[in-house]
Formats: sequence, structure tokens, C-alpha cells
Amino acid sequence: MFIKILGTGCSKCERLKKNLDIALKELNIDATVENVDDLIEIVSYGVMETPGFVVNDEVKSVGRALSVDEIKGILK
Amino acid sequence: MNILDWLNAQLLKMKWLWVLVELLVERVFKLSIDTRLGGSIHFFIYDTIKIFILLSVMIYVISYIQSYFPPERTKKLLGGIRGVKGNILGSILGVLTPFCSCSSIPIFIGFVSAGLPLGATFSFLISSPMIDLAALMLLVSTFGLRIGVTYVVVGIIVAVVGGVLIQGFKMEEYVESYVLAAKGSDIEVEEKTFKDRMKFSKEQVRDIVERVWPYILIGVGIGAGIHNWIPQSIIERILGRGNPFSVLIATFIGIPIYADIFGTIPIAEALVTKGVGIGTVISFMMGVTTMSLPSLVMLGRVVKPKLLATFIVIVTLGIIAMGYGLNAFTALLI
Repeated sequence: MFIKILGTGCSKCERLKKNLDIALKELNIDATVENVDDLIEIVSYGVMETPGFVVNDEVKSVGRALSVDEIKGILK
Repeated sequence: MNILDWLNAQLLKMKWLWVLVELLVERVFKLSIDTRLGGSIHFFIYDTIKIFILLSVMIYVISYIQSYFPPERTKKLLGGIRGVKGNILGSILGVLTPFCSCSSIPIFIGFVSAGLPLGATFSFLISSPMIDLAALMLLVSTFGLRIGVTYVVVGIIVAVVGGVLIQGFKMEEYVESYVLAAKGSDIEVEEKTFKDRMKFSKEQVRDIVERVWPYILIGVGIGAGIHNWIPQSIIERILGRGNPFSVLIATFIGIPIYADIFGTIPIAEALVTKGVGIGTVISFMMGVTTMSLPSLVMLGRVVKPKLLATFIVIVTLGIIAMGYGLNAFTALLI
């Protein structure tokens, strides 16, 4: 599973990252997580509100620091 | 006193809180609030609590409204419109679209690469930091509805005129080429449910309060200082209605300061009680929020110096013109 977090280091991005780590550990999923801070790449996903949450190249959420449970719901 | 005045006094100005803090300062600290020290402590405690309560409630309500206008939808709404209409719509959407300053550049690239007119994009970029719905509520609570409405109308006029000028100068070539080359794509934003919107609003409150609380404390501190320690005569001489340069001075003090709009409100409150004109105060607030160094540096990464300079000049002139206009206008109004 390839997961990308699109964002340039705002507080929501940090929180999303933390929650993702917890969710991955709890679900015991092995995933490659990449932080994308290149603006052109972020926009190429159509994301304008950071953070963007991308799983296997599909945008799952924009502009929100998803909770651990929400992330689990998406990944399952 | 009619019911509206009473509601405004109790809910927005929080007269009850004012009285409670007065009791605290006079009974517990044993300081009269007519003394300098007592007055400063009273202003500081009362204003801090008031702003945090208003801030949280208002960000919640406003975020709920804003959840209907994500930038992805704004982009679509703006897409089919050309000319001044696009600038007007861009400015209004700038007020409604939620975003923190860290999103402004992705939004800029997203809009430009989607082929939106540069002018409408800039109208959006100008109005978005300049007119803040939560700040509007605070303004209404402190200065009344007229000033609040004037603040919005003024901001939108500056944003529309600024966007129209940038469009008229045909400055597309001064956008960095990699921005124009960016391939944007549309994503479908799911319609949010009631629960989603509640969650979004709660997150916004947390996010904004976490980000702005230091600015509020500093702002209230400066406000308390102005309120009780700087003699009225000095402030009047520099920023008062009698000084023809007051708006210029206020704007140029405001521009290099980087703070959140919420931090500027207690300062504005204190200045107004010292007899400074509303236009002068609003010029100061707009200078602080629209033209901060970090946001200019970010903008500088996507546009060439000439367009950046044009943006700075237009916004500065707009803020100054509005300050003088408002001062003249309020002289008639009040």
C-alpha cells in the first residue's frame, strides 16, 4: 500500500501524520508512507487544501486532520 | 434600551464578564479599576477571556458556513465567469473559503493552472486574508454593525479593484512558468454530512485557537498598555483625526508586523477609545493581516518580482485610500 500525505508542514499535516502512524500500527499494515511537500505535485492531485491524504494514488481526503478511527475506516 | 442593544451588550460585548472581572480585580486583588495598574489588569483579563470565548463560538459557526465552500468548489464556480463579475465573485468567495495561510499558494497554483483569470485569482487572494468573518463578528461586537459592514464592503472594493488592475496590466507573463505548466486536476469533493461539518468546525476551532493564542495575548497586552499607560495626547498627535498623515503612519506601522487578525483587535479597541479614527485603525489592521513578510515570501515563489511589486503597491494604496475614505465617511456617519 502506498500512502502519501500532501502538505507543506501545517499543524493539521503534523496531526494527520501522527494519527496515520498510530492507525498503521494498530491495523498492523505495512505501508510505504511518503510526505509530499512539492507544491506542483500537490496541485497535480487537485488538492488545494492541505493536508491531502492519498492512498494508492487516489485522493481520500482534503483539508482535514483525520482521526485514527477515520484513517482505519479508509485503510480497511 | 431595546432588546437588540441588550443582546449586543450582554452576548457580544459581554457586559456580565466585564462586571465579574471588575469584582475580581476590586475585591480579590484590592485594586480600584480607576487606577492604572487595576485598569490594565482588568482590561487584560476581561479582554483575553472575551476574545477566546467569542473566537471559539464564532469560528465554530463560521466554519460550519464555510464547509459549504471548499476551494475545489470555488475553482469550479469561478471557472465559467469572465470580467469584473469574476473579480466580484472571487472577492466574495475569498471571504467564505476557509484556508490557513499555508494553503494560499496551492490555491493560487490550482486556480491559475485551471485557467482562471489572473485578476479573479488575485481578487480572491487579496480578500481572503483581508476580510475575515470571525474578525467581522468581533468588530461588530466592539464597534457596532455599521463599522462591521463598512469593513467588509471596503475590503471587497479593494480586492475587486486590485484584481481588475492586475488583469488590466496583463501580467500573466510574470507568473513563474512552472505554475502555468502545472497540470491541475479536478477532484470530486464529497458532499459533507451534518456530522462531517460539525467535525470540520470543531477541528477548525482547535486549529485556529492553537495557532493564534500567542498573538491574542500579545495583542491584549499591547492593548492594555495603550489603554492605560500611553497618554491620550501622544496617541492623538500621532494617529488622531487632526493629523493628516495618521492613516499613512498606521499603514506603515502595520505592514511589517506579522500577527493574526485576532491579535490586532484588542489594539484596535484601545486605539479607538483613545480617539483614533476608525479608518486609521482599519488601515492598521489590514496592513498587519494582508501584507505579512511570510506570505509575501511564499507569493514570491510563484510570481516574478514585478507582479509581486505590483501586488504590494496596489494593496498598500488600497489600504491607505480606504483609511482616508472611511475616516471621512465616519465623520458623516457618527
